[in-house]
Amino acid sequence: MSIENAVADAGCQDRQVRHERGQRAVFCGLTSIVWLHRKIQDAFFLVVGSRTCAHLIQSAAGVMIFAEPRFGTAIIEERDLAGLADMNEELDRVVNRLLERRPDIRMLFLVASCPSEVIKLDLDRAAQRLSANFAGSVGIFSYSGSGLDTTFTQGEDTCLASLVPVLPEAGRDAPRSLMVVGTLADVVEDQFARLFRDIGLENVHFFPPRDSQHLPPVGENTRFLLAQPFLTETARTLQRRGARHIPAPFPLGEEGTTGWLQAAARTFGVPDERFEAVVAAPRERARRALSAHKAKLEGKSIFFFPDSQLEVPLARFASRELDMTLAEVGTPYLHRQHLAAELDLLHKDVVICEGQDVERQLDRCRQARPDLTVCGLGLANPLEAEGLATKWSIELLFTPIQGYDQAGDLAELFARPLNRRGRLEV
Amino acid sequence: MQLTVWTYEGPPHIGAMRVATAMTGVHYVLHAPQGDTYADLLFTMIERRDKRPPVTYTTFQARDLGTDTAELFQAALAEAYERFKPQALLVGSSCTAELIQDDPGGLAEALGLPVPVIPLELPAYQKKENWGAAETFYRIVRTLAGPRQGQERPKNERPLANLLGPTALGFRHRDDILEITRLLDSMGIGVNVVAPLGASPADIQRIPDADFNVVLYPEHALSTAQWLERAFKQPYTKTVPIGVTATRAFIAEVAQVAGVSADVTERTRLPWYSRSVDSTYLTGKRVFIFGDATHALAAARVASKELGFQVVGLGTYSREFAREIRAAAAEYGVQPLITDDYLEVESAVRDSNPELVLGTQMERHVAKRLGIPCAVISAPVHVQDFPARYSPQMGFEGANVLFDTWVHPLMMGLEEHLLRMFREDFEFQEAPSHLGAAPQAPKEAPVAREAAAATAQAAAVAVAARPAESSGTAAAPVWLADAEAELRKIPFFVRGKAKRNTERYAAEKGISNITVETLYDAKAHFSR
Repeated sequence: MSIENAVADAGCQDRQVRHERGQRAVFCGLTSIVWLHRKIQDAFFLVVGSRTCAHLIQSAAGVMIFAEPRFGTAIIEERDLAGLADMNEELDRVVNRLLERRPDIRMLFLVASCPSEVIKLDLDRAAQRLSANFAGSVGIFSYSGSGLDTTFTQGEDTCLASLVPVLPEAGRDAPRSLMVVGTLADVVEDQFARLFRDIGLENVHFFPPRDSQHLPPVGENTRFLLAQPFLTETARTLQRRGARHIPAPFPLGEEGTTGWLQAAARTFGVPDERFEAVVAAPRERARRALSAHKAKLEGKSIFFFPDSQLEVPLARFASRELDMTLAEVGTPYLHRQHLAAELDLLHKDVVICEGQDVERQLDRCRQARPDLTVCGLGLANPLEAEGLATKWSIELLFTPIQGYDQAGDLAELFARPLNRRGRLEV
Repeated sequence: MQLTVWTYEGPPHIGAMRVATAMTGVHYVLHAPQGDTYADLLFTMIERRDKRPPVTYTTFQARDLGTDTAELFQAALAEAYERFKPQALLVGSSCTAELIQDDPGGLAEALGLPVPVIPLELPAYQKKENWGAAETFYRIVRTLAGPRQGQERPKNERPLANLLGPTALGFRHRDDILEITRLLDSMGIGVNVVAPLGASPADIQRIPDADFNVVLYPEHALSTAQWLERAFKQPYTKTVPIGVTATRAFIAEVAQVAGVSADVTERTRLPWYSRSVDSTYLTGKRVFIFGDATHALAAARVASKELGFQVVGLGTYSREFAREIRAAAAEYGVQPLITDDYLEVESAVRDSNPELVLGTQMERHVAKRLGIPCAVISAPVHVQDFPARYSPQMGFEGANVLFDTWVHPLMMGLEEHLLRMFREDFEFQEAPSHLGAAPQAPKEAPVAREAAAATAQAAAVAVAARPAESSGTAAAPVWLADAEAELRKIPFFVRGKAKRNTERYAAEKGISNITVETLYDAKAHFSR
């Protein structure tokens, strides 16, 4: 099954990328609901799918920590499969019941899944139909989180892309504005907002917003910075509305954060002296925070299984700021353009592997015996049992890791598994 | 379509994975899109298994749908066979692959692999996890042991039993097997095969050698045991040995089936602990029970007959065993609750006003929200339900475990007594920490306001849970100052209940202002 071909894939970065196809151990896009629902606080995510989808979200997300989460599943049953017309009625009934139960919901996402895609249930049309019924009170959207189309973080991409068409229009005479695209923890968002203010940027918006009533405007005078590397479709739809992408590394670590902020500062004509003056203190803090962890991590090898598409920026951070060596950098998908600045910073010999054949990758990992393996939840304990220290990649999504003041926390995430091993005598 | 946030059971292929993962020497090739691989973490994270489950997923994607997913399946199957060299293969589809109709069974047969290939037909849009486990186990036993039909059973030196039903991700299955094996050994009975947990395909072939079968978990093993009875004239036990009385009944049943003595030393403290003076406080404690049928039925019996609780609610999500639950509910004089909608369970818990909930992980969270103590008795489970210590539910040691784990969330008799004596002492202003649940009693906020808020909240939740009934709820009763002061005199650990009961009473009687009289009327009304 695996079509494994290490292609001499000479692009602008002139580096080898191994492409792999086979069994993938990656969550599907539905799982991104778990952080999206926390970010957009008046939104509800309704997966239209099977019992498997409901079980996935419950198991993968540990749903039961929420009193009543703002997401759920409309489970397709045997009788729904009998006829599609009936199924649309069923969906309307479920949505009506849901919105009656939760009058606080302002934005509802119908999330397509593998089964709903295969039976070609048209959720875009359902969303339009329902939008008409709830006009003015609830905005109803649809996007795909199906494992047929998306892995893990790509669900955020398809979700945000579905919102781009309804962003308010910023006209030609609108002042130049910066849009930061990608879900960030509120604390990180606030830190960035302060830094942008201090370097003199006035019109800064974050997308997604914390609540659905504050969608940022977009237009020809909008410049956007990606805060996450997995937002391919969102970037494309924003560009279609006239916004322009600011190429930058991602704001991980001291170096990435500086590069990211500086890209915005230069775009908006902020004098270098002013920029340096504003970031000097937080940069220094970040370096200080990193130094303690660096002492423990330098020279250690790290292996990334593909998961979130954060792998390349994380690998850059680990190798350049912590002096770790990169055994393999797996990523489900490599967007060369968005990652150009990151790839420029990575050593040419680093093995980047796009896609996955999990059994072969496990073989390589065992062969390499890295000091630390970053992998999904399903692989972590078996690798620990084989004597390899692991870090759950999902933590890198759920923990605030971006920006200067989180650089130390990010390093600590890598250091902790090794630290723990050092403590245990059993 | 069913709207759900939580689900008690996964899809049927998860049941099949529980069987495959429990066994050795089998491999399951599952036709499934990427994303379905999440299931691995159930075993590696929740159960803390040190190996990945023996499952290969085809992980097809959108681009494969246009071409040939059947080819993809065959390639994955051939590769999995080469890599793992299992003694038997299971093949099947997850919900999405079921829709694209590739027929894994037929495709596997065409490959002509040199080991038994067992096709699983698990209709994902009709059936659920436990059914999937039962069907998978049945198919495995039928395929591997079936060819021996008509052969003589060997004469065993001492009676031999098979233990049927334990799977991966089961609630204390690992420890139950050990406990029941020891119990049978003390009766002079050997264990032939434990399956599916720990069994290889070769072991499955030996199942017909035993004299009888012990069905530990009917949800997973009943259909197999019934078939074995027909095919090999192996009788099977009907009693699930959870609790002292059921363990005794089980011993009697086994003794009769195996023709051995039922004289067994009862190594259990439960009967004495239940009779000790401290347990007086357990008398008539109101308990709500929900779980899979096996554990819910057992819990109801143990709670009422061995601990002296009063069963105020009994239900299950195992529709296959609805009849048994209905019969038991009638015996305890409660309405049976057969549902897989956790919202229904939540409102039933609230309405029955219990002092203890025995349920699944979901009821644990419901109980936490309602401030009611809870112990987990059944799957669905979470990582804390796989304790490091030996902790069976079955047999005599299991009975000891039940006493401890169900009684600890409650206040012990001696403790209750001391708190009553010293309740004016500032040291005792807070509930003891081990109770976990926040006391419902007011601290700073005026009782009236809090009560109103709590009632409004309860009403909101009730409305939310049953949209059909919608608004029309009467205004929340208000606590008058003297009643509020009187309420404060009630010990804090029963104050919350007194408050809820009074408000419920006031609501039922249409009383808008709660006076001292209302408080004591309610007390009289609910006293038992």
